[in-house]
Amino acid sequence: MTLTVTMTLNGESVSAEVEGRTLLVQLIRDHFRLTGTHVGCDTSQCGACVVHMNGQSVKSCTVLAAQADGAEVSTIESLAENGELHPMQQAFKDNHGLQCGFCTPGMVMSALDLVANNPDPGEAEIRDWLEGNLCRCTGYHNIVKSIAAGAQAMRS
Amino acid sequence: MYEFNYRRASSVSDAVASSGQSDDASYLAGGMTLIPVLKFRLASPSDIIDLAGLGELKGIRTENGAVVVGAMTTHAEVAGSSEVRQPIPALADLAESIGDPQVRNRGTIGGSIANADPAADYPAAVVGLGATVHTNSRTIGADDFFTDMFETALEPGELVTAVSFPVPDRAAYMKFPNPASRYAIVGVMVSQSGEEVRVAVTGAGGSVFRVPEMEQALAVNFAPEAVAGISVSADGLNEDIHASPEYRAHLVTVMARRAVAAAG
Ligand SMILES: Cc1cc2nc3c(=O)[nH]c(=O)nc-3n(C[C@H](O)[C@H](O)[C@H](O)COP(=O)(O)OP(=O)(O)OC[C@H]3O[C@@H](n4cnc5c(N)ncnc54)[C@H](O)[C@@H]3O)c2cc1C
Ligand code: FES
Ligand code: FES
Repeated sequence: MTLTVTMTLNGESVSAEVEGRTLLVQLIRDHFRLTGTHVGCDTSQCGACVVHMNGQSVKSCTVLAAQADGAEVSTIESLAENGELHPMQQAFKDNHGLQCGFCTPGMVMSALDLVANNPDPGEAEIRDWLEGNLCRCTGYHNIVKSIAAGAQAMRS
Repeated sequence: MYEFNYRRASSVSDAVASSGQSDDASYLAGGMTLIPVLKFRLASPSDIIDLAGLGELKGIRTENGAVVVGAMTTHAEVAGSSEVRQPIPALADLAESIGDPQVRNRGTIGGSIANADPAADYPAAVVGLGATVHTNSRTIGADDFFTDMFETALEPGELVTAVSFPVPDRAAYMKFPNPASRYAIVGVMVSQSGEEVRVAVTGAGGSVFRVPEMEQALAVNFAPEAVAGISVSADGLNEDIHASPEYRAHLVTVMARRAVAAAG
């Protein structure tokens, strides 16, 4: 059985025919070809697939496309404007918050949810928030620095 | 994942009726357990009935002095609610300790207790605070709800609508988390309401259980020393790569002592 899913994706109204079992991340990557959202584990652990759904960060490998029917979804591709990186993306670049970059889209989307909850998060809060985002390269220190710097840039 | 039919229920009665008409239906709440289970092909329901549209199952209210949490209320909503935190800080803290922010944004109290994972946190709150589970057809007392590992008193198709928590005089939850998932290796909820003391342990056994010896000791003297010398038997406790039954038994005493100290 297929069903029609309609959603606002990065500000645009889109729709697609999906199976009940199609995951949101499959819809985003395979159908809409927005490949900035990554699949690291496919088991809800790593956070590489984090996107925002109705303003909250979610693991898109653990949401059915059908559950996002009617929702507002935004991905990493929604952040840069006119070729200019979002302050949080720029902060990751400036602070060496990435090496291979695989985890980065999820880190950035997760960080933006944190900043929406608290515009000035402390180090402990940032580390705690990153519980659901794994990075195999950086050792996290520079990610934490990047998020603090990104939050600061967003405040000013 | 095997293919299934997906539909969104329009009301509680519609959800229950659709479930009754299907050979093998599963309710979908936050999906934080069910979707991984489907991916591993550990279940193959023919129909998935999404409860997401049911506003009647969402939200937190205070009723006759109890805090009533709708089944579709997320862990993040419970953690962030002053209507929970002010009367029962232990419950808000417990919800805040679940998994990670993305799991808390999606996972719900109804899904957690219906699933009855032996390492889940909410069972300790339901039993440790003496809550009542409301379903589409009846109410079930905390002590009768969790029956075994991944087993509850729910009948096939029965839908959890809300959980009501009486407000205790004091309570606290302490957990020794699995460092990767944050599930409880052992978690203990301690509460006191007048004469009644409850000590509920999750993570250690196949299902949440109370420790009557600790409850009696605390009823006489609500202080950490009162439980420091009381231990549970390791017989039959869970064993996995994270902890042996003996270690879990040891943690029960440690977490209980810390919970009593935190409850003050
Ligand atoms: C990475 C990760 C870490 C986690 N860490 C923790 C943790 O530290 N502590 C913890 O306690 N949990 C943890 N969880 C589990 C999480 O809390 C789940 O959200 C929860 O167990 C299930 O809730 P759900 O709303 O997602 O339910 P779903 O996955 O949608 O459903 C689970 C089951 O309950 C049934 N169901 C759902 N709602 C109802 C209802 N209203 N009535 C009857 N049946 C219903 C479904 O049919 C299904 O069988 C973790 C999960 C993940 C993925
Ligand atoms: S791919 Fe979704 S959490 Fe890892
Ligand atoms: S930069 Fe490589 S996984 Fe994080």
